[in-house]
Amino acid sequence: MNERKAKQPFHFYTKLNLLQYTGKKAKNLEELLKLIKEVPESSIYHHTHNFLFTSNWVIPPPASDFAYWVREVLQEKTLAEALNGIDIPGLTSIPALREEIISVIEQYLTAHEAVRRREAPPGEDFFFTEAVTFILPTRYVANNLVEFAELLEQVSVSSVYFHVFDARLRLQRAENDFSFWIRDSIGDTELADKISSVDPYFYTLEELRKWIIKTVREKIGRMG
Amino acid sequence: MANLEKYEPIVGSYVMEELYTIAENLKGKIIQNVNSTAVGGGVAEILSRMIPLLRALGIEAHWDVIKGGERFFEATKRFHNALHNETTNPLQDDFAVFLDNTDENLRDMKLYGDVLFVHDPQPVALVKVKEALKSRWAWRCHIDLSAPNERVWNFIKGFVEHYDAAVFTSPAFAQDLPLPRFIIMPSIDPLSEKNKKLSSKFVDSFLEKHELNPEKPIITQISRFDYLKDPFGALEVYRDVKRRVDCQLTLAGGGAADDPEGAKVLAEVSEKAENDRDIHILTNLSDLEINALQRASSIILQMSLKEGFGLTVTEALWKGKPVLARPVGGIPLQIKHGYSGILCHSIPGFSQWVRRLLVNKEYAKRIGINAREYVRSNFLITRHLKDYMLLFLFLLETG
Repeated sequence: MNERKAKQPFHFYTKLNLLQYTGKKAKNLEELLKLIKEVPESSIYHHTHNFLFTSNWVIPPPASDFAYWVREVLQEKTLAEALNGIDIPGLTSIPALREEIISVIEQYLTAHEAVRRREAPPGEDFFFTEAVTFILPTRYVANNLVEFAELLEQVSVSSVYFHVFDARLRLQRAENDFSFWIRDSIGDTELADKISSVDPYFYTLEELRKWIIKTVREKIGRMG
Repeated sequence: MANLEKYEPIVGSYVMEELYTIAENLKGKIIQNVNSTAVGGGVAEILSRMIPLLRALGIEAHWDVIKGGERFFEATKRFHNALHNETTNPLQDDFAVFLDNTDENLRDMKLYGDVLFVHDPQPVALVKVKEALKSRWAWRCHIDLSAPNERVWNFIKGFVEHYDAAVFTSPAFAQDLPLPRFIIMPSIDPLSEKNKKLSSKFVDSFLEKHELNPEKPIITQISRFDYLKDPFGALEVYRDVKRRVDCQLTLAGGGAADDPEGAKVLAEVSEKAENDRDIHILTNLSDLEINALQRASSIILQMSLKEGFGLTVTEALWKGKPVLARPVGGIPLQIKHGYSGILCHSIPGFSQWVRRLLVNKEYAKRIGINAREYVRSNFLITRHLKDYMLLFLFLLETG
């Protein structure tokens, strides 16, 4: 079964980002909240996912840009913890993620009115950026699970990122591209469910890559 | 031709493959860089590294330099200072000199690129001919525009507004503009003399030459002798730490012969060192020696009160060292507090963190490993190349 040819091959793509400044910056929580309501979805997505890209290999992985700024610059550790605690895999769209962030900050400000306008030190404002995204095909195409695991070792972390994170939240697919292909083209529901259920936010991209390869190879081994 | 393969063991084969994938999409397009000098200064240094690498990727990258007489460069020096600092004022006729020089260059220069990548203010007004050329133009600003002299900025901005995109080093250095503003951070070359791997024999001989004790922790700050780099703060931190943990302090900076204020600061620092045999003040080190010093250090300080991007910080992070710095200029982009380094705001804060890291070697090691990996992912020349190529792709795809 492990060498069984997929109904459709899996084409690995890669996603590359060019950072763009939105021109908006916040110096306190009140401004941060106001701008989170205004900025494009791409900026919300960027600030909640950028750390996965930039901090690949950094252990433990740092928090989202919002949580990091609130904790390290504004020194609001409780709010940072709440922002970090947002269950992103449980959300299905960026508007839903934006609403959740807004709700967490608003609740905190209701209980802590005094910190609403407490300012960041000079030069440590929160700058809202977003990514201009380029999706490019790679030369890697898998026709079965064995090839899939082999090629997953070779593609860039940007490719892993694109197929796991972008697929679900930004492109609003029901599951990540890997589990979808395993379910739809390989027909292995058990493996697809396992890969679909992973919380990728608890891994660095390299760890995530290794976990998926290990999970696929274990299944291949069991299939003999 | 630059040898791209040498970067592969450092960044991984897939990073190189991504570069080739992007480059494939730029085949047949001419990228023309324009700046004001072929040698000296940071921009020329970056271009002299980037152009051969772009060509090695199969991109037709060119580099042309505008001409200008002494009077033009005096005017642009004043512009540069004014853009950095509101209190500097240009002379009345500097603007006319600038415009006349632009017209002379437009008569003599060939602007043949599909993409014109124009660096810094000196050649900015070449964009006057953009409409006739149908090419795509990006302005690369290498300087900090966070608090510019309004008159000079308004003059320069009048030209920048005609570009298709502007590129800044940090969002904090950017200005309002009615065009896409990209953030492309600088980078270091891991194969340069300042950053390449050194043998332990070379590092040991450096320590011996400068009478540094390899058995005693070395705290180092590398920067020119300038009040804004706060070498006196580094002395205070050292003295604070030394009360509890035996250590050495090294302050290393460029020569002060052509910098009267530097000479003054150096003299003051030497006086304050009070013949402490564990304080080492080193000047005129070569790039290789700076590299060795960073590798031999236990802790690197960057106590600057004001900073550009802070590539000396990047270099230290790349050596896998715990770097403690004030969060100024581009430093917060490089140091994620507690992960890839430590950000401090006060002398007691620095002292406490230095002591903690000298005692807790495991944590110091973890920070150092993270620091190196953070640079590997974000601040090596390969990432810089990728960003530039994506910028060119953006310009060509949106044109």
